[in-house]
Formats: sequence, C-alpha cells, structure tokens
Amino acid sequence: MTEEKVESTAPVPNFDGGETDRKLAIICSKGNLDMAYPGLVLGNAALGEGIEVHLFFTFWGFDMITKKRMNNLKLTPLGNTAMHMPQGLGGVPGVTAMATAMMRKQIEAVGVPEVPDFLEQIVASGGHLWACKMSADMMKLEKDDLYDAVEGIINASDFIEIADGAQLLFI
Amino acid sequence: MTTATINGSEVHVDAEGFLTDYDEWTEELAQVLAANIGIELTDEHWDVIRFLREDFPRQGETATIRRTSTVGGFDTKRLFVLFPKKPAKKMAYIAGLPKPRGCV
Repeated sequence: MTEEKVESTAPVPNFDGGETDRKLAIICSKGNLDMAYPGLVLGNAALGEGIEVHLFFTFWGFDMITKKRMNNLKLTPLGNTAMHMPQGLGGVPGVTAMATAMMRKQIEAVGVPEVPDFLEQIVASGGHLWACKMSADMMKLEKDDLYDAVEGIINASDFIEIADGAQLLFI
Repeated sequence: MTTATINGSEVHVDAEGFLTDYDEWTEELAQVLAANIGIELTDEHWDVIRFLREDFPRQGETATIRRTSTVGGFDTKRLFVLFPKKPAKKMAYIAGLPKPRGCV
C-alpha cells in the first residue's frame, strides 16, 4: 500500500490531525420536546467527530430519561412568541397536543429520531448519560425508573469532576 | 476542485482530498483511499461502503450514521469500530462521496 500512496498526488483529509482530548459536557435542564433536541443533536454530532461526550440530565431535563415520560414530551406555544400565534390561544385545551403532534411530524420528516431512539444512538456512539441526584431525590425516582443506559445518578460535584477539561453547554 | 492522480487514475478531488465525481470511483481506488487513512478494508467495511454507494444516487446526498444504521441496517457501534472516531466522514471519503450534509 505504501507504493500506492507514493503514486497519489491527491491530498489526504486530516481526520486525526489536531486530535486532542477534546471533551463536551452538556447539561440538559429542559423537558419540553423542542428543548430536548439541541443537546441531543449537538452531543450526537460531537460523537461523530470523535469527541468524548457526557450528557447530564437535571430538573425538567429528567423527563428526557424517565421511562414513563421520555416518549411523551410536549411542546407548548404558551409563552413562546416564536410560535407566532396569539398568546391566549396557547392556553386553549388541545392546542399543546396539536402543536406537539405537528412538531413530532416535522422532526420525523427530517429523519431525526424520537428522544428514546436518539439516546440509544448516542449511547451506541459512545456517549455517556448521567442523572442528577438532587432531581432524582426531589422527584422520588430511582435508577430503575430511568432509561437503562443512564450510567448513574450522580451529584453536582461528581458531574463537575466528570466535566474536568470539557467544553460545557447548559441547555 | 483539482485533478489528481491516485494509483494511476486521474480523478477530481476537493481541497481535502474527497473525490468529487461519483463515477470516477472504483473499488481499487477505495482500497487506496482507505489505506491513506489507515484502514484496511474487510468484507464488513465493504458492505458499508457499497450501501453508501447505492444510497447516494437515490438520495442525492451521502448517508449519515443515522441513515446507515436505520436504512442500511448497520449497527452504530460497529461503524465506530470499523471507521474509528469520525465514521461518517471516513466512510464518505473511502466511498468517494462528499461529507454527509445532514445534522443527524
């Protein structure tokens, strides 16, 4: 193969160049359907670039990894001016369900998985999932209540240790 | 885009070295491209590369990891083993395709 390399005049992509111990830690603190995705998309993209990724789920973000809730995240137009509809409409019964269904369809249309499938892909790509201890205690949830691939329920200082040297995102 | 010679064949490549003309790719070239980035192609690699090649004309873009796994039926974990660190880009490079455009 070395002979063939010598004959080549084409550049070779520098896939491993600039390789560092780059690391990304993302704090997922929201449980709305729309706010679940930024962390998942970015974490997944980072894994695809060979970066070590840790996702820490806290407070409302716990819904993303709670077995009973993770399939049922919602989007509400209430208080969200970017939905461009009269604010009063957001409180009308059924509007949240409608907005949620619409968004799910749009997400599916662009080939992006549902939250549980997305977590599965992230774990298969080498990502690490962590649950916040304080949130678990407040919500009276235990490891068994959480998505199986969550590696542990850890406290804030544990997370700070894990995030040592990482770039940090709070979502 | 420039012209380069790889293993005796004249091909078009972009600034990074990705082939830019779908039809200029051959299996022999793929061997060289793979070797360039330290990958020795096994049957398992070939299955993935062939899927990417077949999928591209249908979709008009290179399959992402997600698509390779859901449509191609390849295990995500294995893709990271076969094409370490940056599977999507390495797969595309060997298959003579552009980098995937999709986010997921």
